[in-house]
Amino acid sequence: MAIWADENIRLLVQGITGHQGRFHTKAMMEFGTKIVAGVTPGKGGQEVHGVPVYDSVEEAMEMKPNASIVFVPAPFAKDAVIEALDAGIKLIVVITENIPFHDTMQFIHYAIYKKARIIGPNCPGIASPGKTKIGIFPNVIFKKGNIGVASRSGTLTYEIVNALSKEGLGQSTCVGLGGDPIIGSTFIDALKAFEKDDETHAIVLVGEIGGTAEEEAAEYIEANVSKPVYAYIAGRTAPPGKRMGHAGAIISGKKGTAESKIKAFEKAGVKVARFPHEIAKLIKNDKRI
Amino acid sequence: MKLLEFQGKKLFKEYGIPVPQGIVIEKKEDLKDIDIPFPWVMKAQVLVGGRGKAGGIKFANNMEEAIKNFEELITMEIKGEKVRKVLIEEKLRIEKEYYLSFFIDRSSRKYLMMFSFEGGVDIEAMAEKVMKIYVNPLIGLQPYHLRKLPKEVREIAKKLFQLFIEKDCELAEINPLVISNGLAIAADSKIIIDNNSIYRHEDLPKEDIELTPLEREAKEKRIAFVQLEGNIGVIANGAGLTMATLDALNEFDGKGGVFLDLGGTDDPEKVKQAFELMAKAKPKVILLNLFGGITKCDTVAKGIIEFLQENKINCPVIARIKGMNEEKARQMLKEYVIPIESFKEAAKKAAELGG
Repeated sequence: MAIWADENIRLLVQGITGHQGRFHTKAMMEFGTKIVAGVTPGKGGQEVHGVPVYDSVEEAMEMKPNASIVFVPAPFAKDAVIEALDAGIKLIVVITENIPFHDTMQFIHYAIYKKARIIGPNCPGIASPGKTKIGIFPNVIFKKGNIGVASRSGTLTYEIVNALSKEGLGQSTCVGLGGDPIIGSTFIDALKAFEKDDETHAIVLVGEIGGTAEEEAAEYIEANVSKPVYAYIAGRTAPPGKRMGHAGAIISGKKGTAESKIKAFEKAGVKVARFPHEIAKLIKNDKRI
Repeated sequence: MKLLEFQGKKLFKEYGIPVPQGIVIEKKEDLKDIDIPFPWVMKAQVLVGGRGKAGGIKFANNMEEAIKNFEELITMEIKGEKVRKVLIEEKLRIEKEYYLSFFIDRSSRKYLMMFSFEGGVDIEAMAEKVMKIYVNPLIGLQPYHLRKLPKEVREIAKKLFQLFIEKDCELAEINPLVISNGLAIAADSKIIIDNNSIYRHEDLPKEDIELTPLEREAKEKRIAFVQLEGNIGVIANGAGLTMATLDALNEFDGKGGVFLDLGGTDDPEKVKQAFELMAKAKPKVILLNLFGGITKCDTVAKGIIEFLQENKINCPVIARIKGMNEEKARQMLKEYVIPIESFKEAAKKAAELGG
């Protein structure tokens, strides 16, 4: 098992003919992802790395995709996500950065109505080593195993996953939830799924300043999660009021500080690392694993 | 992007939300042309909170007082922010002060309307007296939501919601919403526009006054760049990794001076631009922390070398390079940087050189 994405994924790539779309279609195929179709309006009939391109998601449904990845530029991303939802796709990974917040809110609530899952936006996607990757993570960092990783960050996750793999700690599923303030899947969604997943023995959360997702996750862990959880929080030295690269990484007033998140995690029995690569060490030294 | 009070009030007017009669000026000479009857309220236009307590709001009963107030306000600096404009308004007869706002609530992922009978103060300080009404973004504000508010503010709430949606606001706040002669009037405005949506709002002010000149230059070049108080410039790829690098410095008593996120690029030209910006910030030492995944380390190295060949940089560059093509990048850069393999050791060294 894995969470949300496994070997049964038949992937549709929205925005497949763009630079990013092309590049990552190839990289995902090399990872082992089954990519069955691509969509770019006006480019139907072409092929990208042997994948047939369609003008619309509706037409692409003849290839029976069950998940989609969106590389469509921000001004058109909402349209692309809603098109996929209307076609009946139940898992949509939105890589696109800088989508207007009001657009994101609309497609997230439409997905709730359609009983579909959105991962992202502004995220690196999801990867279950040995099974599938719907995202832009570098292929080489992964190793198949039993650690579940959920993160609000991109490169920092690569760094942490890479360190885990080097220490022999493989992963069941790694999911990048996204750096925006409004995201489709949260830490709590990931915790719920990892807790149920037999293949996952321990959980790593990579958080950062802004919002209260970590505090809510801590509360959830205390009440509902039996597996050991480890965390790293970025932004301990970030000043209030400044957006630190991610749209969601901002301390507003007194809300969203790293200190409050670390405190909440520690209270819930989550081990928090001071340096990103130390998570691997924390797990190795833990007698529970 | 935050709007100044007078910019927000201009939007209020556009949407039919009553505001006090007022005019914004920059020069003392403009005072004499104002035809608003005394007494006046004179308000420094700044983005930071706590303006009233800092002396940024004054009252004038005649021109003499107005001139004195203006001279004080326009030379004022409030929490580091220089006052450039002063808003002059009629002084309202205040019967009641309410609070009303809409914002994007991260936890519920809904719009949140907040109302309080006690406005004019810091909303966080009176959390328990605030009415919270969640609005589903697909459905929007409904009449029954409005019926929870006192009659005299319902129409304004409806209009404020329309503004909030149409102008892509993160926050649209009226504090205080004043009742004067039985009518509701927006005595202040606080509007934050979602930066991601600016492209579809040609009519909104372009200049983001919250940013430093270097930050503004970076924004134009689409580089995530934040100036901080320390003297160590951090360049990394990815916001999380850049933050983590700043945090690591702090573990060794180093202070970050610049947050620069290269993002997913390995375009040498973009890397060159990033280093140009960094050089302008004049750090004492630069710490480059690269994790190449999709970004190839050697193409980043190429950009750095292009920059260093054309420009002299007066500080050491510590480079921790990991990931795709790291060996090649290290070879290329060996004459230009101090290479350190471990994240922790690199942070330690940078902190030493910065301290």
